Amino acid sequence: MTLEIRAKDTVAEGVVSLTLAHPAGARLPDWTPGSHIDLVLPDGMTRQYSLCGDRWDAYTYRIAVLREPAGRGGSAYVHERLEPGDRVGIGGPRNHFPLVPAGRYLFIAGGIGVTPLLPMMHQAELMGVDWQLLYGGRTRASMAFHAELTGFYGDRVHVRPEDEHGLLDLHTWLERPVPGTTVYCCGPGPLLAAVEDACAAWPPHSLRTERFTAAARTDPVRSAPFEVELRRSGRTVAVTPDVSVLDAIRLAGADVLSSCEQGTCGTCLTPVLGGTPEHRDSVLADHEREADDCMLPCVSRSRSDRLVLDL
Amino acid sequence: MLEPTTAAALPTSDADPFAPEHLRNPEPLHRALREAGPVVRLSRYHVHALARYEEVHAALGDWQTFQSGAGVGLANFHHEKPWRQPSLLLEADPPHHDAPRRVLREILAPSALRRLRETWQAVAEDLVDTVLAEQGTEFDAFDALASAFPLRVFPDAVGIGPDGRDNLLPYGNMAFNAFGPRNDLVAADAGRVAELSGWVNTRCAREALGEDGFGARIWAAADRGELTHEQAPLVVRSLLTAGVDTTVHGLAATLYAFATHPDQWQRLRERPESARVVFDEAVRWQSPVQTFFRTATTDVTIAGVRISEGTKILMFLGAANRDPDRWTDPDRFDLGRDPSGHVGFGMGIHQCVGQHVARLEAETLMTALARRVGHIELAGEPRRHLNNTLRSWASLPIRIRRAA
Repeated sequence: MTLEIRAKDTVAEGVVSLTLAHPAGARLPDWTPGSHIDLVLPDGMTRQYSLCGDRWDAYTYRIAVLREPAGRGGSAYVHERLEPGDRVGIGGPRNHFPLVPAGRYLFIAGGIGVTPLLPMMHQAELMGVDWQLLYGGRTRASMAFHAELTGFYGDRVHVRPEDEHGLLDLHTWLERPVPGTTVYCCGPGPLLAAVEDACAAWPPHSLRTERFTAAARTDPVRSAPFEVELRRSGRTVAVTPDVSVLDAIRLAGADVLSSCEQGTCGTCLTPVLGGTPEHRDSVLADHEREADDCMLPCVSRSRSDRLVLDL
Repeated sequence: MLEPTTAAALPTSDADPFAPEHLRNPEPLHRALREAGPVVRLSRYHVHALARYEEVHAALGDWQTFQSGAGVGLANFHHEKPWRQPSLLLEADPPHHDAPRRVLREILAPSALRRLRETWQAVAEDLVDTVLAEQGTEFDAFDALASAFPLRVFPDAVGIGPDGRDNLLPYGNMAFNAFGPRNDLVAADAGRVAELSGWVNTRCAREALGEDGFGARIWAAADRGELTHEQAPLVVRSLLTAGVDTTVHGLAATLYAFATHPDQWQRLRERPESARVVFDEAVRWQSPVQTFFRTATTDVTIAGVRISEGTKILMFLGAANRDPDRWTDPDRFDLGRDPSGHVGFGMGIHQCVGQHVARLEAETLMTALARRVGHIELAGEPRRHLNNTLRSWASLPIRIRRAA
C-alpha cells in the first residue's frame, strides 16, 4: 500500500504528526487502538509508528514522530525530508497492544509513547469505562497533545513534565493493585521497567506494555523488480514495483483465491519455499513472519531477488 | 412489481423477499432488484435494498456508516427487544466488537487450523468410505455428507460433547430465521426457542467444553483478560450459531453444483489442488447466506439516493454474487473462474471469522470424495428447506459412480 502525505504538523518540540491518505481517496484498512503501521523509507528500511488518529475517519491515518538524534535516521528523514504530497510505502496495520475489556484503565505514557494510548482513551470514553492518564515527559513543550488531552478530558489527564514534577510518582499510582483495573504503558525502556517493577504485586495480565524493538531485519525492502518462481507450475514472473505479487502471479496463470486484498482476511495465504518475503499484512503473528515459510501476496512483497512459491 | 417513483428517483418494489416463492427461487427477484437501480425501496418492510455488487461490497466495508449494532435482521434493536442477548460479534460495532473479534480471529486463523487438517482428512475419508459401503451408489447427499461431516468435525473442534448435537441445526435454523420478518417460518420455530436456546447456552459454559477445543481457547483468552468471563460463553455461542448451518448448506451447495455440472467434477478430479477454490465458487454461485441488514448511522447518500439515519438496509449477498457487472456469465458454476472477491462470506470487519474453517471442511471432504467417486448426478428432485436468511436444503438425492 502506498499512501500520500496529506499534512505535516509540528505538535510539540521535536514531534511532527503526519496525516496519510490513499492517493485515490480510497478507504484505508481498518484498525483498532494500539495498532501500528510500518513506514517504508526510501533506503528500504522500515519504521513502526502507532496510529493515533480517529478510526471513525476511514480515509486517513495519523502518526506522530519524535525526532531521535541518536536514532538510525528514520525520524530524521520524516522530519527533514517528507513533505505533503510525498508518497510512502506502508505495511499493516498490525496490533500487538490491543485494548482488552476492563472495569477501569490506567494509561501511563512516557513522551511519544502517548501515541498508541490516544485512541484507547477515546475508546474508553465511548464504552463509558472509567480511566486516568498519567503522562510524563522531559518538559511540557516536548509533550505532544497534552493541551488537547487536558481540554477534552479534564481531570482524567495528569500531565507531569519532569522539569516541573520530577519523575512520575509510580509508587503512589501503582502502590496497591486495584481490582478490575488494567494498566497500559508505553514509553522509553526505563519507564516500562519501572512500571513493571511497580506492578509486580498486581494480578497476572493486569499490566500491558508496548515495546518497539528495532527491526531485526538487515536486508532492505526492494524498490527494484524481483522475480517470483511458481515451483509447481514451473513458471517465473517478474514483479515490478507498481503491481502486487498477487496480480503478477495471477497474470502468470496461478489460481490463488483471495478476498479482502488488504492483508487482513488471510484467504490468499501462500506457502513460500525460498527467498525472503517482506511481510506487509495484518494477519501473521511475529513467529510466522520470522519463519518466512508463507506470505499474503495481496500486500506482501520481497526482500530477496527471488521468491519461490508453492504454486 | 417495480414502479419507478419520479419524485425520489428511487425505484420501489412491493415484493416480499422472504415470501416462499422468492426464498425457493431467489434469482428472478435478485435480477429485478439489480436492474431496478443501485438502491431500491422495499415498501412492504420500509427498508432500502442493495442488490448490485458495487453497493453491497461498499456497504459491507463501511461499518462507520452502516452499523450492525442495531441488529443485522429486520428488527431494529434500538426499538425492538432482540429475541436473545445480541451476538458480541455479528450484532456489535467497534469498540465493543474489537475484543471478541480479535480473540476469535486468532483462534480460527489458518495457522491455528493446521493441526486439524490431518484429523479432518481422516474423518472425511472414513465418512465417504462408510457412506459408499453402506448406502451404495444412490443416497441423500444432504444427510449423508453435507450434514454428517460438519456435524462430526465442527462440534468436536469446538469441544462440545456428543449428546444433543441434533439440536445444532434446528438452533441455527431458528437464529437465521430470526433475521427476517415475523413470518410463518419464525412462527414455526416459536415452540422450541426456549428449549433450543437453553441447550445451546449450557454448551457454552466452561465445564461443558473439552480441554483443547475452540471453546476452551475462548475461555483461556478470558483467563488472560482478553475477554471478560461474561463475554466468553457468548463468543462460544457465536461459533455454535454461525458455524454449523452455514457450512452444512455450503457443502450441500457444492455437492449440488457438481451433481448438476459433471464436467466441473471431472475438472476437480483432474486438478485436485483446486479443491479450495471449489468451495468459494459454490458459495458465490449459491450464497448460503443470502441476506443481512445494516442500519444507517447517519443520513447517507448511496448512488445519489438519500437514506436517512436509522433506516434498515437489506444487502442481497446472493444478488451481488451474480451481478453481471462484476461476474462474467454469473449464473454458471465454473471452476475456471476466479471467485475471489465474492461477498458470500461478507466483507470488512464482520467478514465470516470462520471462513478458513469452512474452507478446510470443504477441501477435506471434496478431496476425499474426488478420490473415490468418478461421477455425480442427481437421482431425484432436490428439495429446498426454506429459511429467511439461509439458502438451505432438505434433501439432495444423488447417484454416484465409483472412480475406476
